[in-house]
Amino acid sequence: MNPRLLFVLRRLGLTIPVLFVMSVVIFLIIRLVPGDPVRTMLGFRATPESVAQVRAQLHLDDPLWTQYRDWVAGVLHGDFGQDFVSKAPLSELLAQRVPVTLEITLLSMVLAVAVGVPLGVRAAVGGRWVRRLTEGFVVFGISVPDFWLGIMLVLVCAGTMMWLPPSGYVPFMEDPGGNLTYMILPVLTLAVAEAAYIIRTTRGAMLGVIGRPFIVYLRAKGTKERSIVYRHALRNAATPIATVIGIQFGVLLGGAIVVETLFALPGVGRLIVTAINQRNYPVVQAGLFVVATLFILVSLITDLVVGFIDPQVSDRGDS
Amino acid sequence: MTAKSIPAGVTAVVRAFFWLPRSARAGVLILVVLVIVTLLAPLIAPHDPNAIDPTRVLAGPDLGHPFGADALGRDVFSRTVYALRTSLAIVFASVAVASLAALPLGTAAGYFGGWVDQVISRPLDMLLVLPALLLAITLIAIVGPGSIVAALAIALIYLPILARVQRAASLVVAHAGFVEGGRARGWSSFAVLRRHVVPNALGPLLVQAAILAGFAVQIEASLSFLGLGTQPPTPSLGLMLSEGRDVLTQAPWVEIFPGLAIAVIVLAFNLLGDGLRHRLDPQGMVS
Repeated sequence: MNPRLLFVLRRLGLTIPVLFVMSVVIFLIIRLVPGDPVRTMLGFRATPESVAQVRAQLHLDDPLWTQYRDWVAGVLHGDFGQDFVSKAPLSELLAQRVPVTLEITLLSMVLAVAVGVPLGVRAAVGGRWVRRLTEGFVVFGISVPDFWLGIMLVLVCAGTMMWLPPSGYVPFMEDPGGNLTYMILPVLTLAVAEAAYIIRTTRGAMLGVIGRPFIVYLRAKGTKERSIVYRHALRNAATPIATVIGIQFGVLLGGAIVVETLFALPGVGRLIVTAINQRNYPVVQAGLFVVATLFILVSLITDLVVGFIDPQVSDRGDS
Repeated sequence: MTAKSIPAGVTAVVRAFFWLPRSARAGVLILVVLVIVTLLAPLIAPHDPNAIDPTRVLAGPDLGHPFGADALGRDVFSRTVYALRTSLAIVFASVAVASLAALPLGTAAGYFGGWVDQVISRPLDMLLVLPALLLAITLIAIVGPGSIVAALAIALIYLPILARVQRAASLVVAHAGFVEGGRARGWSSFAVLRRHVVPNALGPLLVQAAILAGFAVQIEASLSFLGLGTQPPTPSLGLMLSEGRDVLTQAPWVEIFPGLAIAVIVLAFNLLGDGLRHRLDPQGMVS
């Protein structure tokens, strides 16, 4: 069998148990809450009738196995149940919230890659000044907490200078320009740390490639330095860079939770945090499920991309 | 004073300090200062961190109050000192719990391999399925917010990472000649592990623990910032940042100093971790 096809199939096969365990854990959240979750949700003044009603509504009295089966069947049909507070279907809520989170994470990632990869290359092959500056940026980006950086950006760009709105959101479909204006600060906040990691990895990978004999050969052959660096060296350094981009996507999904709260953006992260504080367990479950699924899919895609960039990975068979 | 009068422990500490690269020494010094500050918090903080003073609401920094006052007139400097105490306690607790759990699990998985490895590593891998912050939030969703839950959540995030590093290090040592020698002498597995494997495989775990400790400060601050970690009125850096955001334009000092404190701790742990990496992890097992 074609080794690449085998690699893809094997990697897909690994994803299924992971999805299964993740769904079980998230399903169990509401059942693991100490005491009676319904009493916690309704507060202490709830009447026994209303408690019994909510228990029945959430099917908490069915056998555990039946509950899990029904929940997964619902999720597979796009039915996440009902918001416990507003009674709205969760699928509609998620359909509004998920695009916001995706927009922030994807824009941050694009910005971080667009800045991080060229700077990482310059950090490996550039002069002393470029090296110093990028090193400083990396230390800064990794050490400074992202949300504090966000607050400082608000202070400078929105507070003192009045350049940008400090927080808020309009959907892209209603006002594309306004939407992007609101996105600038959150995206910058997230992108700085991402760019720092991408620079560090790119620099390390480039340094590993640049000393190899084929680069010496290309130099001897008189190939232009630009072409050596970007066409030959960078291509050979692509595997660790792609890997770190995939890993950092998960970090971004986590960071989005904080940044959404900070900038009052209606994304999934803010949804989850609000729901935890309200003990609104069905919303917590649905939100966590969506983010975890996104994360698992991104890991899958990253591994497949790395497998295709670097045949050594896919030929080895393990991943 | 002659060399003999210096206790052996002190010379060992001094030697270990100078064995580190220079940047790591800076990290150690910063951490020592911070730990002393937190231990002596009642002596160093000029005011009660929770004392509300209506006459000093959002007062700017001055000599008696170097970091100014917050929206309730509380002294930001004193609060930062006490918040450092909370944050460092959570960080040390979480990293210690995770390391102590990862040490036996990772060692056994790496040394024995086979089904022992499968039984230990597969469940731990499952913890890596969720992004770190989301895993912490899941645990908090179940148990409810609080400092101890935050520490446990961070430990839960770090356990699979540390166990994986310890497993890789033990796997390398398990095939070394001196381990073979111990076995050939008829030592029990436990004796071989204790005498040969663990001492020789400990380096990468220490490096990873130092690096993770820095990020634990950030995670703890993020959780408290979201209202899911340390609860008021206990001062914590993340909580201070969330309070300071509301008065950002009138009183930026409420926000700036706790954030700088976090950045300094993370930087110090990163310097230490990078230095230890140069000395203890030549094979680059720590990512």
